[in-house]
Order: sequence, then structure tokens, then C-alpha cells
Amino acid sequence: MTFFFEVLIGGLLSGVLYALVALGFVLIYKASGVFNFAQGAMVFFAALTFVGFTEVLPRWFGLESGSSVVFWLAFVLALASMIVLGIATEKIVLRPLVNQPAITLFMATIGLTFFVEGLAQGFWGATVRGLDLGIGDEPIMWILDDFNMIISKFDITAAGIALVLFVVLALMFQYTRVGRALRAVADDHQAALSVGIPLKHIWAIVWGVAGFVALVAGLIWGARSGVQFALTFTALKALPVLILGGFTSVPGAILGGLIIGASEKLAEVYIGPFVGGGIESWFPYILAMLFLLVRPEGLFGEKHIDRV
Amino acid sequence: MLYREAGQFKASYQEDAQIFPIRQDRIGFFALMAVVFLVVPFAASEYWLQAILIPVLIFSLAALGLNILTGYAGQLSLGSAAFMAVGAFATYNFMLRIDGIPFLVAMLLGGLCAAGVGILFGLPSLRIKGFYLAVATLAAQFFIVWALVKFPWFSNYSSSGVISAQTVNIFGYAFVTPQAKYLLTLAIVTVLALAAKNMVRSTTGRKWMAVRDMDVAAEVIGIRLMRTKLQAFAVSSFYCGVAGALYAYTYLGTVEPEGFNLDLSFKILFMIIIGGVGSILGSFLGSAFIVLLPIFLNVVLHSAVGAALPAGFGSSLELMIFGALIIFFLIVEPHGMARLWQIGKEKLRLWPFPH
Repeated sequence: MTFFFEVLIGGLLSGVLYALVALGFVLIYKASGVFNFAQGAMVFFAALTFVGFTEVLPRWFGLESGSSVVFWLAFVLALASMIVLGIATEKIVLRPLVNQPAITLFMATIGLTFFVEGLAQGFWGATVRGLDLGIGDEPIMWILDDFNMIISKFDITAAGIALVLFVVLALMFQYTRVGRALRAVADDHQAALSVGIPLKHIWAIVWGVAGFVALVAGLIWGARSGVQFALTFTALKALPVLILGGFTSVPGAILGGLIIGASEKLAEVYIGPFVGGGIESWFPYILAMLFLLVRPEGLFGEKHIDRV
Repeated sequence: MLYREAGQFKASYQEDAQIFPIRQDRIGFFALMAVVFLVVPFAASEYWLQAILIPVLIFSLAALGLNILTGYAGQLSLGSAAFMAVGAFATYNFMLRIDGIPFLVAMLLGGLCAAGVGILFGLPSLRIKGFYLAVATLAAQFFIVWALVKFPWFSNYSSSGVISAQTVNIFGYAFVTPQAKYLLTLAIVTVLALAAKNMVRSTTGRKWMAVRDMDVAAEVIGIRLMRTKLQAFAVSSFYCGVAGALYAYTYLGTVEPEGFNLDLSFKILFMIIIGGVGSILGSFLGSAFIVLLPIFLNVVLHSAVGAALPAGFGSSLELMIFGALIIFFLIVEPHGMARLWQIGKEKLRLWPFPH
């Protein structure tokens, strides 16, 4: 039983990270109706940019490498790059495609994925890099002693950071002026425009926020498994998460992330040995697909009624 | 001046329904066929045949398959490479396990296997559409590649799942030279492309297009959704499967499941975006473009900067140019190169007048 809980909690914690990536998708989808396939590439770009800056900053300014100054400076610079990338995407790629079918927009973001991946690797190089956030990856002692379970301090911290981010975003959506405007735009573009909400600013803000979420996700993922190209594949797991949770729901993204994370780890441990293992690579997709057969709009998605 | 249709009358239904209603187009098409069948195999070097023309043809076929599904029936798929893998491995197993089976029969059976798998993964399309479906097809992509790696029976227990294609023998003639392989590929692709062209002009294709444009409306006017969608999945996967078999047998010779990864699926998707979504010609143009682009970039990069580039930068640059081109095409010409060709023809018809 202990083992079961260990796997379950491990899965839930990695699910939090999936949810973090999925959150970026949901933000953009809600506000602009674009299914941003490039979110995974943005996570990769963010992590690589951050690591790149931590490497070059000490050389440029003679700062002590690994110091907190370097960390925060790199964080700010990476965040600035993400915001610039997000806004540039909105302006250069999506603005000219306004009113195109959703599928066209989707394919444009696939193109964007390739571009961003190429940009990140061309700029910073394609080698695998470690990323140290200064949080030890060691088991928490009192849990190990009392419950005999190994739960990493790093995972708990990561989950905590994600939780804070979720709460901050939820509060922002609920109580600030910008948040209200964002919700209005998500509801109905034209109505929002007609009551005087500056659509272009709102889209720029959304892309900026999505860039920020991508940076946080990139840092945590990167610190856990190294900053490398495979990160983009991990980010693809956010897609079944979205399907489970529904494209337009932030709580759905979180819950979907937890379900996917937990179920894939449990499946790997309990079903995997019977079929040769490695089922983690496809299990979430099949699960999401089967789930869709029952509930096509996801857990919290809006029910869609077709009219001729 | 040459491209005028004045004076060409259609006096029978047959003439009205032909693929190329304009005589100049017909002549052009037959001339092109004559060149690719009779001149190219002897004029082109082995490198051109083996490294450029054969892959262009094979990818055209795969793109054609995806175009039937995405361009005509409107179901977005990100799993084309997986269906290619099914075709390749099924053909291999038929060749291996049934003594003396002719290659063409094995290939068709391989295509049918791919069609069956396609129907299976197409089932969710009855309930879900759009992005949701795209993600469901990702399930096919990951699951099939995993299954081919994990169950060694598929690759005849070879280590790491690599299969080596047997020699293709048709009526006792072994297809080993690049010329022979090229001609075989070309013949199969031509037949299947003509079949596709006729399919999309007939009831089948019109049903697909009706479903693509609005499936509820299509259902209301009496088109059976389930049948139509699954048919599109089956035909599309069949094309991809045959392309996969050719990929293994006439192009690479040895393939592994990991070769049919998500990147290949995206590549095929890009071919139809750049070539033209919902166009048979577009599949060929897009495939030629995507196959030739890296080669072209390589040549240009090397002659421009020589060996001064850091390792790996070339491939990053290639990714960036790919991505930028996709976006460029979607913004400037969402209907792809096929549309450019069409516009060019229209202009030519009116030339020298502007309207």
C-alpha cells in the first residue's frame, strides 16, 4: 500500500507540471480561440534561454556564477524574452490570420513550434544542460520516517510554486480590471470590443502571461530532467490533459493534469510489466481518447451545440 | 497565346466529365508522363533517382493520403507516419511469412492492414472533431510506434526492431537498380493518384467535402456520417500504408519503427499545407518542395559560409526556415502552391489582357 501511495503521489506531482504547461494553452485558447501548439516549444525556449543567460551573464559582467544575482537577472531577462516572443507571435503570426478557420490557426502554431525550437537551439546550442534551482532533490525526512514513503523535497516545492501560480492567476482573473477584460474577451470577442475593451492590448497581455507560465514550467521541468529537446515531447503530454479538462477551463487543466499524471504512473507500474513497459509514452493519449468517447467536451468544457 | 480553350466544345457527357477538360492540359499531362516514364529513368543520375525522385514520389503518396483525410474530409490527423509504419511492417510480414507472395499483393494487403488500423483510430471522429480529434490521432502515432517496438514479432525478432526489406520480384524480374525502383514507385503512385483524383470527383469525394464543410448539414441532407468519415480514414490510411511499404522497399531498404515518428507526421502535414490543402496536385508540389528544401538549403549554406558554421546550427536554421515558411504560406496563400499554379493558369488564359 505504501508503494501504491508513493507512485500515486509521484504521479500527482508530475501531473502538476503537466497542468502548468496545459495552463498556458488554456489561457491563450480562452482569450483568443487559438489552440497554441507552440506552448511546448515555448516552455523549451524559456528553459533554454534561462540556462543560457545563467551561463553567459557571469562571463559578460564578471558576476559570480551561481549567485542569486545571476539567477534573478537571468530570470528577468528570460521573462523579457518570453514576453517579447509572445507579443511578436501575436503581432506577426496571428494578427494577419484573424478570422481564419481555427484549423488554419492551429497549423500556424505548428509552424511556430518548429520556428521556436530552431531559434532556441540555433541561439543557445543543442547540448543537454543541467538547471539548478537550488532546491535539493532529496526525500523529505519526516515522511520517510513516519510513513516510510520517499517523496522528494523538490517535487513538493515545485508543486507549491505551481499552486501559488494557479492562485495568483485565478485571483487576477477574478478581481482585477485586466482579468475582467480577459474574461470578457474570452466570452465574446465582438461584444468585448464593442464595450471598449482594447482587444489588441488584451491579446498582447495574454501572450505575455502565457510566456510567463511557460517560463515557470520550463524552469521546473528543466531542473527536474535537464534542459533538452525532449522537453518538447513532455510538453506534448499537456494535450491529453487539455482534452480531459476541457480547452476553456483553468480548474479543468489542473484536474486533468493530476489525473493524467497519476494514471500514467500507476499504469506504468501496474499494467506496464504485463505488456513490456514504456506505456507511459501513449497511455495518456489513449486514456484521453477513450474519455472523449464518453464526454466529447471534456470534464469542464463548454457543451457545444451544432446548428446548421 | 497557346493556352486558349476557344473552339473546344464538349459534345458528350464523357467529354464533359474528363479530368483535363482543356486540350492543352491534356497534352501537357501526357507529355509530362512521357518524360517521367521514358526520359527521366535514363537521363537522371543515380543520386537524383535514389535520393530525390523516389522520396518525392513516396511522400507525394503519403501526402495524398493525408490530403484525402484532412483536405477533403476535413479530419485533421497527426498520425500519418504511424499508418505508414503499419503499411511497411505489414508488407514486410506478408512477404516474410507467406511463401512466394507477389510483392504487389503483399503491398496491397499491407495497405489494407493500415486501412483497418485507420478505421480503428478513426472511430473517435464520430464523436469528436477538430483539435480534439488531432490529439486522438496522436494516440495512434505513439501507440503504433510503441507496439512495433515492443512486440518483436512484427520485426521478426530482429534486434532494435530494424527490418531489412526483401528484394522486390515481380514476374521474375528483380527490382534492384535505382531505375527499376523508380519506375515501380512511379507506376504505383501514378495509378493511385489517378484513383484518388477520380474518387474526389465522384460521389465519394463530394460526400467527404460535404462532411468537411459542415457535418451536421451533411447529415441532414442524408449523408451517412459514420460511413463517410470512416471511409475517409480507411482510404487515407491505405494510401499512407502503401507509401510506407514503398518507403521501406524502394527507398530506404531498412527501416525501424522509430523512423516513423511524430516529426515525419508533421513533415507530411507541412507538405499538404505548403502544397495545397484539398488538392491532388498540391500533394505532389508540397512533397517536392519539402524534400528539396533541405537539400537546397544545405547547398546554399555550404557555398555561402563553407565550414564556418557551428555543428548543428544548420539543422536549427532548417527548422526555423521550415516554421517560417509554414506561417508565411498560411498567411499569404492558405491554399498553397496548387492555388498559385491555378492563378498562373487563369492569368495565362487571359494573357495579354488583364481581365
